[in-house]
Amino acid sequence: MRHLLSAKDLSRDDAILILDTAAQMAATQEREVRKLPTLRGKTVVNLFFEDSTRTRISFEAAAKRLSADVINFSAKGSSVSKGESLKDTALTLQAMGADAVVVRHWASGAASRLATSGWMHGSVLNAGDGTHQHPTQALLDAFTMRKHLVTDPLGNDLAGLTVAIVGDVLHSRVARSNVQLLHTLGATVVLVAPPTLVPIGIDPWPCDVVHTLDQALDAYDIDALMMLRVQRERMTGGGAAFFPSPEEYSRIYGLDGARMRRLPDHAIIMHPGPMNRGLEISAEAADSPRSVIVEQVANGVAVRMAALYLLLAGEEGAA
Amino acid sequence: MTGTIMGAADVSRVLTRIAHEIVERNDGALDVVLLGIPSRGLPLAHRLAQRIAEIEPGFDADAATGALDITMYRDDLFKNPTRAIGTTTVPDAGIDDAVVVLVDDVFHTGRTIRAALDAIRDLGRPRAVQLATLVDRGHRELPIRADYVGKNIPTARSERVDVHVEELDGEDAVILRKGE
Repeated sequence: MRHLLSAKDLSRDDAILILDTAAQMAATQEREVRKLPTLRGKTVVNLFFEDSTRTRISFEAAAKRLSADVINFSAKGSSVSKGESLKDTALTLQAMGADAVVVRHWASGAASRLATSGWMHGSVLNAGDGTHQHPTQALLDAFTMRKHLVTDPLGNDLAGLTVAIVGDVLHSRVARSNVQLLHTLGATVVLVAPPTLVPIGIDPWPCDVVHTLDQALDAYDIDALMMLRVQRERMTGGGAAFFPSPEEYSRIYGLDGARMRRLPDHAIIMHPGPMNRGLEISAEAADSPRSVIVEQVANGVAVRMAALYLLLAGEEGAA
Repeated sequence: MTGTIMGAADVSRVLTRIAHEIVERNDGALDVVLLGIPSRGLPLAHRLAQRIAEIEPGFDADAATGALDITMYRDDLFKNPTRAIGTTTVPDAGIDDAVVVLVDDVFHTGRTIRAALDAIRDLGRPRAVQLATLVDRGHRELPIRADYVGKNIPTARSERVDVHVEELDGEDAVILRKGE
C-alpha cells in the first residue's frame, strides 16, 4: 500500500490489517508514555484546502504520537489564496521533503490527482475530497463497530452486522466510503434518506435504500445507526432545495429518544461530527450511553496512526 | 556443524536451569516479571514462569508474565518490508520497580534487545532488566550481553538458527542451517 485514497481500493485483508494495527495503536494510547519512536525523521504534511477541526487535529495527533514531524498547511492565508495551483503546491511540498501528505480538498478527486500525477513521491492520504471519499473516517467507523459489536475483534470482519446510515447521503463522502468499506467487510448497509438527498446512479451501490427512518427501524435489525450531518454549506440553494423545512427533516429523519428506544439493546449510535443537535440528532440520543460519538474521535487517532505506520514504515521506495 | 543442535529434552533441561538461575540471582522471584518477545520468546517466557512457580510456590506465573512487541522500536523499519505489529501485554501491576527478565529465542546482533529496552522505557521504570535467551549465536553489533543463556552456538554470519517451539511449531528444536 502506497497511498490511501479510497475505501474502494481496500481489500478485505487490507482493511483487517489496518483495523488490527489500529487496535495495537489504541493499546499504546492507554500507557503513561503515549509517544512511540516509530516514524522518527519522517515528515507528514497536513494540506487542508477546506475547513476541518477534528480530522486535521486527529491526523496531527496521530503523526506526533509516532514521532513524525508535522507541518500544517491550510489554504486560508497561504499562497493558495493568492491563486497557486495544486501542482505548484505539491512541487513545493516535494521540495520540502514531505514523506506523506494528508490532503483535504473541496474538489472530488484532488487526492487521487496528487497521488498519480508524479508531482511528488510521498504517500498521499485522502482526508476527504469533495463529496467523494473519506477513507480514514470509514475505517474508524468500522473499527468502532468491530470493537463494540464483534465478540473477538482481532483478525475478524463485520459479517452479519446491519448498519443504517441516515441523512444527507448525497453530499456525504463519509457515506460513500462507509458503504464500500462495510460491504467489503461483510456488513449489510441500509441508507435512509429523502429521495432528494439520494445520489443519482445509486443502483449499483452494494446497499439497500429506504426513505424514512421509521421504515428502517421496522424492517431491519440495526446493530449500528450512523447519523449524517445535513451539509447545508454544500447545498446549492440552501436546505430548502432539498427538503421543505428543518422541522420536517427532523420529524422524519431525526433520531430522538423514542426512535432510539426502538433499536435493539446492543445497538450503538454514531455520528461523524460535527453534529447539528436538534436537526439530525437530539441531545438525548447524542448524550445517551449508547452513543459512541466521542469514542469515534479517540479511535480516529488510532486508525490514523495505523494508516501512517502502514504507509510510511517499510522499505524506502518499495510499493 | 549443521542440523538439529538441541532436541525437546535439551530445551526442557535448559529452561529448568535458567528458571533456577533467575531465582538464585534475584534471591527468590518476588519482583520478577517475565516479558517474552514475540513470537517465540513468548511461549518460552510462559514456560520459564511455570518452572519458577514450581520452585517458588508464592510466584503467580500468569500474573508475572507478559508480551513485549518491539516492532515499533526497531531501527530497521525503513530497510525491510512493513511488519505487522504484535500485541504487548504487561502484568496489571505494571513493571515499575520490578525485575524484568526479557525472554527471547535467539540472541544475535543485540538490536532486538536494544529495541526492547526502549520499549520498556515507555512502559515504566523497572528496578533492573535482565536478559534470558535460549540460544546465543554471537555476532553482536551492540554492547549488550545476556544474563541467562541456554546454549552458546558458534555460528558463521551466513548461517541461520531456527528455533521451533511446541506451542507454535508442534515440536521443540534448535536447528542450524547453512546460509544461502
